[in-house]
Order: sequence, then structure tokens, then C-alpha cells
Amino acid sequence: MSPYFIDGNEAIARAAVEAGCTFFAGYPITPATTIFNHMLKLLPPAGGICLQGEDEIASIGFCLGASMAGRKVMTATSGPGLSLMSEHISFAIGSEIPIVIVNVQRLGPSTGSATKGADGDIQFMRWGNSGGLPVIVLAPVDAGDCYRLTHEAFNLAEQYRCPVFIASNKEIGLTRESVDLGSLELGEKIQRKCAQPFQDYLPFHTADNEMVPDFLPIGGDALVRQTSSSHGPDGYLTVDRQLINSSMDRLLAKLRDGGASLSLHELDNESGAQRLIITYGVTGRAAKEAVERLRAKGVAVSLLVLKTLYPVPEELLRNIIAWFRLVIVIEMNMGQYVREIERIAGNVPVLNYGRMDGVLISPETIVQVVGDEDLAQ
Amino acid sequence: MKTLLNDRRPLVYCPGCDHANVVQALNRALMQLKLSGNQVVIVTDIGCSGLFDTFYNTHALHGLHGRPLTYATGLKLARPELTVIAVMGDGGMGIGGAHVIASCRRNLDINLLVLNNFNYGMTGGQCSVSTPQQAITSSGFLNQLEQPLDFCKLAETAGASWVGRFLPEEKELAAGISEAVCHHGFSVLEVENVCTGRYARGNPRALREKKEHEHNPLFSGVVSRNERLEYGDGYRRLAAEQPAEEPFTEIAVEQTAAIDDRCEIMLLGAAGQRMNTAGEILCFAAMAAGLQVTRKSDYPITVLRGHSVCEVVCSPQPIRYTGIARPDVILALAPEGVERKRSVFESVKSDCLIIKAADVEIPPSQCRIIEIDFQQQCGITFINRGVAALAVLSCVHPVLNANMFRSGLFYRLKSRQLEMALVTAGRISSWFKENPQ
Repeated sequence: MSPYFIDGNEAIARAAVEAGCTFFAGYPITPATTIFNHMLKLLPPAGGICLQGEDEIASIGFCLGASMAGRKVMTATSGPGLSLMSEHISFAIGSEIPIVIVNVQRLGPSTGSATKGADGDIQFMRWGNSGGLPVIVLAPVDAGDCYRLTHEAFNLAEQYRCPVFIASNKEIGLTRESVDLGSLELGEKIQRKCAQPFQDYLPFHTADNEMVPDFLPIGGDALVRQTSSSHGPDGYLTVDRQLINSSMDRLLAKLRDGGASLSLHELDNESGAQRLIITYGVTGRAAKEAVERLRAKGVAVSLLVLKTLYPVPEELLRNIIAWFRLVIVIEMNMGQYVREIERIAGNVPVLNYGRMDGVLISPETIVQVVGDEDLAQ
Repeated sequence: MKTLLNDRRPLVYCPGCDHANVVQALNRALMQLKLSGNQVVIVTDIGCSGLFDTFYNTHALHGLHGRPLTYATGLKLARPELTVIAVMGDGGMGIGGAHVIASCRRNLDINLLVLNNFNYGMTGGQCSVSTPQQAITSSGFLNQLEQPLDFCKLAETAGASWVGRFLPEEKELAAGISEAVCHHGFSVLEVENVCTGRYARGNPRALREKKEHEHNPLFSGVVSRNERLEYGDGYRRLAAEQPAEEPFTEIAVEQTAAIDDRCEIMLLGAAGQRMNTAGEILCFAAMAAGLQVTRKSDYPITVLRGHSVCEVVCSPQPIRYTGIARPDVILALAPEGVERKRSVFESVKSDCLIIKAADVEIPPSQCRIIEIDFQQQCGITFINRGVAALAVLSCVHPVLNANMFRSGLFYRLKSRQLEMALVTAGRISSWFKENPQ
């Protein structure tokens, strides 16, 4: 056991550097600012770059430039900053620029409450881009998870060449706790796959059996074209319907077909249970405690804590939900991820308990909601 | 030297459009400088100027309206050896104004080429930030009400170290671009063009006015008062001087914990009392005894005034829920903190321990209360109450003992702060010996 006393934000910063991030840019915003603070201490002395942009648009823009130069990059913000980043998130999706975007969520809407937690940006992260193409969203439950999922986020960003969100929350980012980092299982570090630097490099060409184009950095020997506009394999603007179509299909399919690497979760299944709690983020912690109390009271219940929210792990959810007679989705918002569960659950009824008032959902509340006898009807 | 023009991408500009001249001039400049395509990146945005990157065999990054300088900044810092040329129109200069100002202030070695044609050509001739007030545009009367922006004056004021204004047909344009590219710092080169597609017809005098400018170039190169260290050079120099960040502090388990269940402690204080530090000392102490911990804090954004509340959970088991509804211990050290958590006292457990400062009022309760006049009885000042209250806790509650407390102090504090904390702890411990509870 090697215990450390860290908060979620420090865990993310440290894990990013461990994962090979050498470029960070951000704009101060509570409760994400301390990620910037940590990166500023970590990167420059190690030869990396940490910048404070003039706003969030610039911060993520710096990152996209540096990512195209071949760096592993990260930015961190909260809801109001994420709103400003939207156009560049669309750019990163459509033009396949790897980037990790940390969203330490705070109570919204709008400027909301800077120092109160919430999970109010879940659908916003998924859909806050023009074009509506998929992104990856990972949701940590605690500081240890922040460390592990940041490592994972960089791997996924490199592998799929797309933005990867870490859906943290003030209640994780600024809660300092004992973490046994030695017990975390981290996979191998993945680097984006590079093309041979031929002079006729096609920046968006994919081989027949590949879903992600091979990368070359701007500034290397072979000329590289990057564009935010609809493009063919050569990176020039195109209006060719077939080229655009196949590119859209590929951007959809590359994440849809990601398989096991895209369905991180923790399942605590109790045999014979008819009720399944589905939750994510910091609420997963209260749910674990609630499940223990419910079982102690003789209520059989299972718990699924999702760590990958997007792409929605549909097959996993479909398979698990089929074992149950009732699904209860608990989330720190007014009902967002429940929309995904409802469309997958088929005939299994789905209940939602959501609240967004700056206070954690307590185990007592979950016991009450889930243990309600009338639910069984 | 070989041309960098892309023979597969001929120019597509309207007949008579000045942009075509600038394309040629930029190529001549790059040739004069003997730059090959892979040493150059052209960064563009939206509008007619946004087509620029396609005309060259260089690296290219085409992005969102007004944002080229943001990508250029990331690229240049990541690859300082690249020649980075950002191209924007007057539209981009308006929508991306914050990045223009910031880039001028930064002085990173990027060359900004501004193709100013005084209107939004691509969307139908609306007014831009540089449109003259008397011009006829498709924005109706709106441009009559807004003063046009002089990009060169703006750049000079904001700190650009090289500023030049040219006409597209000038022989000097290529030389000017070449000088701007050679300049080691942020350069802004504005070319005044006439948009034949959208602007010239409604504003026939525009061409003549432009000619008049020709003999009055206001800006033509290095701005001596803005000459200074290039940002990237400065960044790398200062970065190399920064001390390496310390690795995580690993906590050695060398004490024994005396609790076998979760224990929740609430520290209620005020700004300036180092409540968070006290909470962290408690956490380090608990970890030194092999316990798991969580710590949350609550304080207003004006950090020097108001409440400061710290919530700590210690447990031999993994801690899941981090909230505290019914604490096992309350340290009531300032009225602001007590007021903030008044509701906690309403449902307080009967076996809760409250350690309170004599001058702090708390709602009535049946709990065990230890009251201390920190100043009178122990000579401890207001700001040291947090540490003092922990010292009290270490004398009376199993969650913390003297050895754990000492470990916590050594993990969290250094030098003078540590010495002061040890003195405070000593005073409390002597007081307890004389006044057993």
C-alpha cells in the first residue's frame, strides 16, 4: 500500500503527465483551476508547455495546434468554459484531433454556483458540438479513478483521434482523499499511429481494414493538411457527396465499434436481485453505501456504476438490464443519462431520481428511493 | 528557389480581386527566404482569406473564424523551428480580436497577414470592424454608427513588435512580407484590398482612396518601442529555471488507529484561521495511523472574509459517501462557521463531541462540550485555533492521539509554521494536564 493524500484535480494533472501529456492550456475557472495550477508546476520544469489562454476558446485552440504538431494535449474547464469551447470541440471531432478535455462540473445552468458540484453537463458534453458526431466521455467516481481514467482518456484520444472528456465534478476535483495509487491498474500507454512520411501523404486516408487515419505532425518532412471544413482523404475541401458520406460513416463507426475498451464500468451484482441501480460519477460512492445498507435490510439489489458514459455501452447495458425487473437511474442532475437507459431498457421499466441543488445525493436518499416497497408493483 | 505555389490549386478569386496579388507576393517572399514547404505552416480561418492555405505546397491548418492565432500559438510553441504564417481577413480580426490583442502582447514569432477588404465578402458584403462609416454595405445603415478600427494602430498599441501596411500591387509587398517573416517576434502586416465582388460597386471611390494611402504608409516595420524578448525564447528560458515539482508525498503508516468505524469531524471556523490546514493535518495524522480519509472545504470566494468550514471523514474502511450529515466531532472555533452549519446542530447525535472556543455561541445541545478560552487559558491567538483544537481533540477522542497528531504536523507543516504549531500543541497539552476533563 502506498497511500497519497490528493484531490481529483491533482490526480488528473499527475496522471496526464504520466500518460505523456506535454502541452496544457487553460483559462482559470472554479472548480477546475487547480488542474491548471498543477500543470504549471509539473510541465515547464520537465520541458513541457503550460499556457494560460486569453479565454477558453484560445486555450483549446492552442491545444489543437500543439496536438497537430504531435503533442499529447489537455485542457480543463467547467460548464461556462465548456460552452465557449464548443466550436473547437466540433473541430476536434470532425478533423480527428486528439485532445483530453477535463470538465470539472459545477452547478449550472450558466454561471450557476462556482463552488457547488453537479453532473449537469452530461448530455452537453455529448451533444455540445455542431454536427452531432460521437465523442468519448469518461466519468470518475473518486481521485483514484481520476488518475486511472485520465491515463485511459489519453490512450483513447490517441487511439481514436478524437476529443475525450473526463466528466469530473467539484465534489471529486476538490475533495482531497487517501488514494492507494499502487493498486491502480494502468494499461500500456498508447501513441497515435503514425504514417510513413511519404511526400504523397493523405492526412485522412484510411486503409480498408482501419477506422482511424494514420497521423503525421505538422512540421515534419511530409506536408500535412488539416482543415475544419468538409474534406476528402487529401485534406482539401470537398463537396463530393460520397466522400463526405463515407467520412461521416467512419466517424460514427470508429467509436461505435470500439468494443470493450469503450465500456468501462463496475458491476456489483447480487443474485436474485430484481432491482438494478445505474449511476455514475460521485453518486456512485453514495450508491455503494446505499446498496450495503439495503442488502443489510434484506432488500436484494444490484449496482452498475458506469465509467464510460459515451459512446453509450449499449450492448453491455442491454445484456445486464435484461436480468432485472426494474432499473433505477440516480444522477446529480434533472434527468439526463436516464434518456439513454430508457431507450435501451426495452420492456424493463426505468425510474429516475435526479437532483441538482449543489448537495450530494446521500445514501439515505438512495435507500429510500430504491427500497420503496411500492416500486415492486 | 522553387515556387511554393500549388499548381493543382489555381486561384479562385473574383476577377480583379487583390487577394490574388497577395498570394503571389507571399510566394515570392518565401522563395526569397529559401524556405521549403515543410518549413512553413499557413494557418487560416473563414472567408476569402481562408482559402490561402490551399494555394501553397506547405503545411496547412484551416480552422474556425477568427481563431488562427490560437492554433498558430500552439504550433509555434510545440515546434519553434517552423515558420508560422497566420492569414486573416477583417472579419477574423473582428471576431477574433481578443486573440489579436493577446498575440501582440505575447510577441511569439508568428506572422499575421491581414487581408483587409473592408467588408465580409463571402457572406454578401456586410460591414466589418474596418468598414468606413460612409461606405455602402449590405448591412444597411449599421456601419454609419460604428467607428472603423485601424488594425495597425491597434497592433502597435497592443505591443506588436513589427507592424506594416501595404497595398496589394506594391512591388515592396513581397519584401515587406519577407522582412516580417524574418522578424523574430510577432508581426502584423496589413494589406488594404478592394473587394471587387461585393464592395467596389457600391463604393466606387474606394480604389482612389486606397491609392491616396499609398503615399502615406503609416507603418513600415519594426516598432522600436515594442522590441523585446520573443515569447518562445523567454518561455523556454524561464521554464528551465523552474524547480521540478515534488513527487507525491507518500505517507508511512507508523501509528496505530484507535477507531474501528467511520468518524466524521466538522471544523467550523472563519477566514484566516487556517481551517483547511487544520483539516489536512488531521487527515495526514489519520493516514499515518493507516486510516482512510476524505476532506472537503467550504469558503466564500472572498477568501479573507467569512466562514471557513472543513469536513473530514476518517475510517478504517474505504470511504464512499463523503458527505457529513451527523458529525461525531464538531470543532466550533468562529461564529461564521457555526452560522454556516447551524442546521447540523439541530440533528446532532447525543454522543457527538463538541470542542468550542469560549467566545463562540452554539445552539443548545445535549452533547459533551469542552469549552476553552484559547487566548486567556493558553495564550493561543485566533489564527492558531485550528491547530489548538486538534491538540484538544488528541487529548480526548480516539480518532486522534498525540503521536498521530505529531505525525500529521510533520507531514503538513514546515519550518516556522511547524515550530509554532508544536508550541501551540505543547500549551494545550500542559493545560490539559493541569485541568483534566
